[in-house]
Amino acid sequence: MTEAIQVRGLTKSFGATRALNGLDLSVATGEVHGFLGPNGSGKSTTIRILLGLLRADGGSVELLGGDPWRESAQLHRRLAYVPGDVTMWPNLSGGEAIDLLGRLRGGLDERRRKDLLDRFDLDPTKKGRAYSKGNRQKVAIVAALSSNVELLVLDEPTAGLDPLMEESFREVIRAERQQGRTVLLSSHILAEVEALCQRVSIIRLGKTVETGTLAELRHLTRTSIIAELAGSPNGLAELPSVHNLRVDGSQVSFDVDTAALDESLAALTKVGVRSLVSQPPTLEELFLRHYAAGDGDRG
Amino acid sequence: MSRAGLLGTGQLVRLALRRDRVSLPCWIVVLSVLPPMMGSTYTELYPSVAERAALTDTLGANPSIALLYGPAFDLSSPGGFVAWRIGGFGAVLIALFAIFTVTRHTRAEEDSGRAELLGSTVLGRYAMLTAALIVAGGASLLIGVLQALGLIGIGEPVAGSLALGFGMASAGLVFAGLAAISVQLATYARSANSLAATVVAVAFVLRGVGDATADVPWLSWLSPIGWTQQLRPFAGERWWVFALPVGCAVLFGLIGYLLLPRRDLAAGLLPERAGPARAGGALTGSLGLAWRLQRGSLIGWLVAMMLGGAIMGALADGIGQLLGDSPQVRQIMRQLGGQQAMVDAFLATVAGVFGLLAAMYGVQAALRMRAEEATLRLEPLLATKLSRLRWAAGHLVFAFFGTAVVLLAAGFAMGLAHGFRSADIGGGLTDVLAGSLVQLPASWLLVGLAVVLFGALPHFATAAWGLVAVAILLSLFGPVLRLPQLIVDASPFTHVPKLPGAEITATPLVWLTALVALALGVGLTAFRRRDLA
Ligand SMILES: Nc1ncnc2c1ncn2[C@@H]1O[C@H](COP(=O)(O)OP(=O)(O)OP(=O)(O)O)[C@@H](O)[C@H]1O
Ligand SMILES: [Mg+2]
Repeated sequence: MTEAIQVRGLTKSFGATRALNGLDLSVATGEVHGFLGPNGSGKSTTIRILLGLLRADGGSVELLGGDPWRESAQLHRRLAYVPGDVTMWPNLSGGEAIDLLGRLRGGLDERRRKDLLDRFDLDPTKKGRAYSKGNRQKVAIVAALSSNVELLVLDEPTAGLDPLMEESFREVIRAERQQGRTVLLSSHILAEVEALCQRVSIIRLGKTVETGTLAELRHLTRTSIIAELAGSPNGLAELPSVHNLRVDGSQVSFDVDTAALDESLAALTKVGVRSLVSQPPTLEELFLRHYAAGDGDRG
Repeated sequence: MSRAGLLGTGQLVRLALRRDRVSLPCWIVVLSVLPPMMGSTYTELYPSVAERAALTDTLGANPSIALLYGPAFDLSSPGGFVAWRIGGFGAVLIALFAIFTVTRHTRAEEDSGRAELLGSTVLGRYAMLTAALIVAGGASLLIGVLQALGLIGIGEPVAGSLALGFGMASAGLVFAGLAAISVQLATYARSANSLAATVVAVAFVLRGVGDATADVPWLSWLSPIGWTQQLRPFAGERWWVFALPVGCAVLFGLIGYLLLPRRDLAAGLLPERAGPARAGGALTGSLGLAWRLQRGSLIGWLVAMMLGGAIMGALADGIGQLLGDSPQVRQIMRQLGGQQAMVDAFLATVAGVFGLLAAMYGVQAALRMRAEEATLRLEPLLATKLSRLRWAAGHLVFAFFGTAVVLLAAGFAMGLAHGFRSADIGGGLTDVLAGSLVQLPASWLLVGLAVVLFGALPHFATAAWGLVAVAILLSLFGPVLRLPQLIVDASPFTHVPKLPGAEITATPLVWLTALVALALGVGLTAFRRRDLA
């Protein structure tokens, strides 16, 4: 599988602030890739470098097989972008802005434009400030999606959308995915990422801390176990994969690294299990663990 | 308005002073030192008593000079001369200062969304407007006091010094009050500024025409710019005239306060209409977009400059007729910056003013690029196949071409009106048009420097206005301030041949044009290489 985006060891500083500190990111052609990280971790900065709006200080960046800084204009024919901060021209209507951006990208698909306006229930005749935050966001989404491009770069595209519109957005992106479009989706909405993305990268302090498919990541999460045993537990406390172990007579509860579920279950069955409740791992837990500063458990 | 409506005003004043900690002292210092500086060079310029006595008669009787500078009541003393020479333009400068300051701390804050954040704190409804008026009005008063102290310091009479200082300050108050209205009416900070600046221009023209024509002298009484001079500082002060600006300022301010609760945050009283659902055929590229964003200001400037040109041209001919051709007058005119015959000198001076105005147009057109970038509207554009240079080219067409169009339109209107009045349309038109045309490289150079700042130091792009201000001050007041040649030479307009009248010399025009090209190259190269910021 070819890579639509290939970033290695990317660094970028703004004066004394080090925004990116050796970031890696690879997005395969045809996948929807979630791009996550706490506020100020460098997501928008990475995206701006990918679009040639900022110049990288170090590392290598390849976008659709080209150098985004030197070949930006050519590469941009093949992608569409929804910026993180959407502002509108005060004297241009939303419809005009959509048409302008579409034409600048090299043409827009009239049927899609109309379909998207309907789907997002957007009035294209309002001007600049007359749009609410969510409607401004919709203008940017419609403008980006009404062109037929290979790559969609979306920086928190659904910030400010209501749940109904959020659902419309997911439908649209799912359809894009079916058609083999590549999508880089930066988002803080975990449910959205879970629903749409095949693979995700999590960054913190300008560095990639985790990357993989959702299944792989789930594997990295912890399952919580509550069990009623036949006797007192034995050897559980020594297992490195077991965390937060609490023993109350014959009742035990603990969290275990999902990847190492086997050994703890083996330790339990050795004593004899009367009842067992296992809480499936949530991605949210993993994200929170990575987001929290001073995360010491794992690198 | 209850006390609750003003809650938090003090905090906002402090915030405004913090935000303006560079620009505010600049304005105050420059406007305060001008009158005493000019007063002290007066004695050098006109050493003999006879010369001074003749000034009032000659310049005072000259309608075209009165059109530019205002009525000359008594030019035989430094104070009287300063009041005449600075009164009009000084009032314009302080008026613009007051307008920009009020808009910046009210409407512009609403546009940026910061007002909403501030408004959600414990803040009275009227606190923002009040704070802006306190800063603009307070600074105007401070300028007035400093001007008066400066003039007293160089030995001028106290009464006249106070009248001049507070006369200027009161112009600031009037236009701060006007801005309190315009920020309620307009939908955006930019339109609020244009609205109020248009009133300044109209006031200037009313004063000029009223002072220059015998049949409608009451016109200048309609103009707040004229009141500064009608106070007659150093020429038998008429204190009652103060009632006009003070009353007007209070009235305007009151209207502003009354309008404020009648509109919504971030919306004007003039309603915004819906736009088309589809983009027209013209809105396809960088030029089409630049046209949409810039056309309003281009058309406005074009109309204003042509009107100004026509008025100046129509009145130019009066200068020779009234004065005759005494050697004394010629000497004085020469000292005022002109070179040959009266009319030519007048036309050349006005052409110089048009050059400065055209540069102002060009700089604001070029700084649109920065505004587009800073408001993040540039980002989605550059994420398309549009390259940075092509995008910039769209705006630069307006910054450079637009400057030429505005300047030549003014020259054309002035030449036509002048030619019509002097019954030599062909000759009048060519002379005057040439006088405007030679200004172009100098105007362009300021625009070019704005492009350099935008490209190399985007966060300081607005410093281009500082350069414009320096050029304006040097052109308007340089000759009477007797500044060292090195400083006067710093303005590109110093090197422009004064046409009609003088020899046309191509050399300065050539190197000015070369500098323009260099500036453009440097600015665009820097822009292409830098981060969007
Ligand atoms: N133009 C700039 N000048 C200075 N610092 C900047 C600039 N742009 C970004 N930064 C800094 O770089 C870091 C990364 O910012 P970035 O906007 O990429 O974060 P983000 O991951 O998109 O955050 P969020 O989730 O809040 O959108 C932050 O510390 C930010 O302050
Ligand atoms: Mg961001």
